Amino acid sequence: MPKRVLLGLLLACGLAAPALAQEPKTGGTINAVIQPEPPGLMLALVQNGPTQMVSGNIFEGLLRYSPKLEPQPELAESWSISEDAKTYTFKLRKGVTWHDGKPFTAADVLFSIEMLKKTHARARTNLAQVDKIEAPDDYTVVFTLKQPFGPFLGIFEVGSMPMVPKHLYEGTDWKTNPYNNAPVGTGPFMFKEWQKGSFIRLVKNPNYYEKGKPYIDEIYWQIIPDAAARSVAYETGKVDVLPGGSVENFDVPRLSKLKDTCVTGAGWEFFSPLAWLWLNNRQGPLADKRVRQAIMYAIDRDFAKDVIWNGLGKVATGPSASTIKYYTDDVKKYPFDPAKAKALLKEAGYKGEKIRLLPLAYGETWQRWGEAVKQNLQDVGMNIETIATDVAGGNQKIADWDYDIAFTYLYQYGDPALGVGRNYISSNIAKGQMFNNVEGYTNPEIDKLFADGAVATPDSKRKEIYEKAQKILVEDVPVAWMLELQFPTITRCKVKNLITTAIGVNDGFKDAWLDK
Amino acid sequence: MKQFWKSMLKSPSGVIGLIILLLAISVAVFGPMLFPNSPWRMVQRPFLPPFTLSTVPLGTDALGRDVFAGMIFGARVSLLVGLVSTLVALIVGVPIGAMAGYFGGKVDDALMRFTEFFQTIPSFALAIVLVAILQPSIYSIVASIAVVSWPPVARLVRGEVLSLRTREYVQAAVVTGQSNGWIILREILPNALSSVIVLASLMVATAILLESSLSFLGLGDPNLISWGYMVGAGRTVIRQAWWITVFPGIAILISVLGLNLIGEGLNDALNPRLSREGR
Repeated sequence: MPKRVLLGLLLACGLAAPALAQEPKTGGTINAVIQPEPPGLMLALVQNGPTQMVSGNIFEGLLRYSPKLEPQPELAESWSISEDAKTYTFKLRKGVTWHDGKPFTAADVLFSIEMLKKTHARARTNLAQVDKIEAPDDYTVVFTLKQPFGPFLGIFEVGSMPMVPKHLYEGTDWKTNPYNNAPVGTGPFMFKEWQKGSFIRLVKNPNYYEKGKPYIDEIYWQIIPDAAARSVAYETGKVDVLPGGSVENFDVPRLSKLKDTCVTGAGWEFFSPLAWLWLNNRQGPLADKRVRQAIMYAIDRDFAKDVIWNGLGKVATGPSASTIKYYTDDVKKYPFDPAKAKALLKEAGYKGEKIRLLPLAYGETWQRWGEAVKQNLQDVGMNIETIATDVAGGNQKIADWDYDIAFTYLYQYGDPALGVGRNYISSNIAKGQMFNNVEGYTNPEIDKLFADGAVATPDSKRKEIYEKAQKILVEDVPVAWMLELQFPTITRCKVKNLITTAIGVNDGFKDAWLDK
Repeated sequence: MKQFWKSMLKSPSGVIGLIILLLAISVAVFGPMLFPNSPWRMVQRPFLPPFTLSTVPLGTDALGRDVFAGMIFGARVSLLVGLVSTLVALIVGVPIGAMAGYFGGKVDDALMRFTEFFQTIPSFALAIVLVAILQPSIYSIVASIAVVSWPPVARLVRGEVLSLRTREYVQAAVVTGQSNGWIILREILPNALSSVIVLASLMVATAILLESSLSFLGLGDPNLISWGYMVGAGRTVIRQAWWITVFPGIAILISVLGLNLIGEGLNDALNPRLSREGR
């Protein structure tokens, strides 16, 4: 059974590392896959997944996050919060230099934030509660908020708020700045060269402020457009690191069984991708809560996890992934129970009206998942018609509310106020846009809970509010939550300590080392 | 008619082709009665190799669906698409070819330029574009296959009509004052039929291949299982589970081969002079 082997490997890798507790060794080259080729590497301008993965090792944020999403020092070495939770004071690390030798100071922080507000949509939203930012001296930055904002300490991750060198960007046209092609950061690795279509090469920053780090001499990000070729590249030893999502799921068990191969699902806690089915709450049978609940009972989510995702991931219990703050599993449970689903459908008076299902056109895994869900729903008597579409066409249909059931997955960014509420509050219903409340769920109580939760203090109060919101949502089933996805990272076991933070490979090479 | 069957049964390829076609048709018609369950149903554990369980003789695919059931239901889709799209292509192609050949002159020019317009576009590329635009469904697939396969029919019929319209019996019909439509239908087309039938049998084979290719690329009807879809879906796991692609692949091969053999047999039977000269 491939599944068992995979589990065994996961355990073996997880347990073996701390047991041995080796001293890190210095030196060596790592070849990793980057998929697809990033459109650019200037993190403040481009935030695609692959850009974040490469540039997260060149640039740095003020904070880093542990797998439990606790903030850790990075460019800020300490921080304090005022009594009224409206003033955040960050003390910056001294002796930090940009890759070109210029010192990193508070002026760079102020400049970066001004720039990001114009170039980075999510940073702009995250900073909406900020009233003013000041730098009393070169190594202190003070944020004053309009009102307390609970998730504030969660917005300083490198991909969400990368620090940009003021001396290279101030007064230039950001979009055409020559340093976009040879980015200069403060991170453990420096950009060296990029042969388009072939590889991106990063080399060790010899003046890195954490003495002794990084351990690796250079990283080659190999660009290999074909999924099968990426698997082969790993098998033949051309690459040692396959970040999450770079090979197809069904190749994971086979690759995991190879000698000296370690697999982990960790390193995605900050993103916590959660897959669900949009259910169009506005029209037809799905407007009835009982039909939506029936869908939850009808779908065999364990099967999807074990078979389609090769055992990686976790069955979702509600709107929050289990890695998100204030998550609770003390909510209504929806086990796989076709009989109950049938009973609910009957109760709701469902008479075989046609229901359209839009799978996600992201490749084989998602196609198969669409087929499995369709079969599950047909088995309880629902009349499902699959609509074939491409990614853009699917997005268009969903944004225009022209669907009944549609697959999706979204990142959650660590806090319900940053990544969860947006999909359920009624102020986020806007036709023509994706990834908001496209299901058309409206509940004034939920609106109020998410509004209160974002600004409530202290933490225990927020916890109470968000737990209540989760209970209500899970009862109402505005969307059908499927799985907390895990994108397994496959590495040679000699690559140690690669995944230590909540964003995994994205900033992982700082601590990684090679056991020769 | 008797003569036809006699010569048809004399050619070994025709006989083999007929047997294969009858087999395929009976599977398509009666098979689903033996397998009341939907072929999409997940019945066993995934990746079960063939010949291990008698309930799923050809193993299961990546989701634990019965490969054998898929092949049975796939036969229905493949044959249906093949036959219907050929029929549509004939309905479009025969009248256009007949009119072009019979009337000649400007009508011929106009119709043939129109036909060439379709012929200049690579047919598979055109089919892909059409299905992608119309959204993949059984109707759009049949329509797009028909659209790309009628031009050869039109050209063939035109050529036949062109030569037949100068025959004495046609001229006699013209002299007796029969209408053009009547002459085309009663005098010319029946005599052109044999070549059209041969072509049609090969077109069914091509249509099955086209449908399989479209499904292989993920442009099949998502609600219907077909051989091409099975090959396409299994392709990515071919290293772990060869049987998911191999069996439907064999089914495509055999049915296309069978139709080609029939075409050959028909050719022998309908053009006895040609085949006798050949021997």
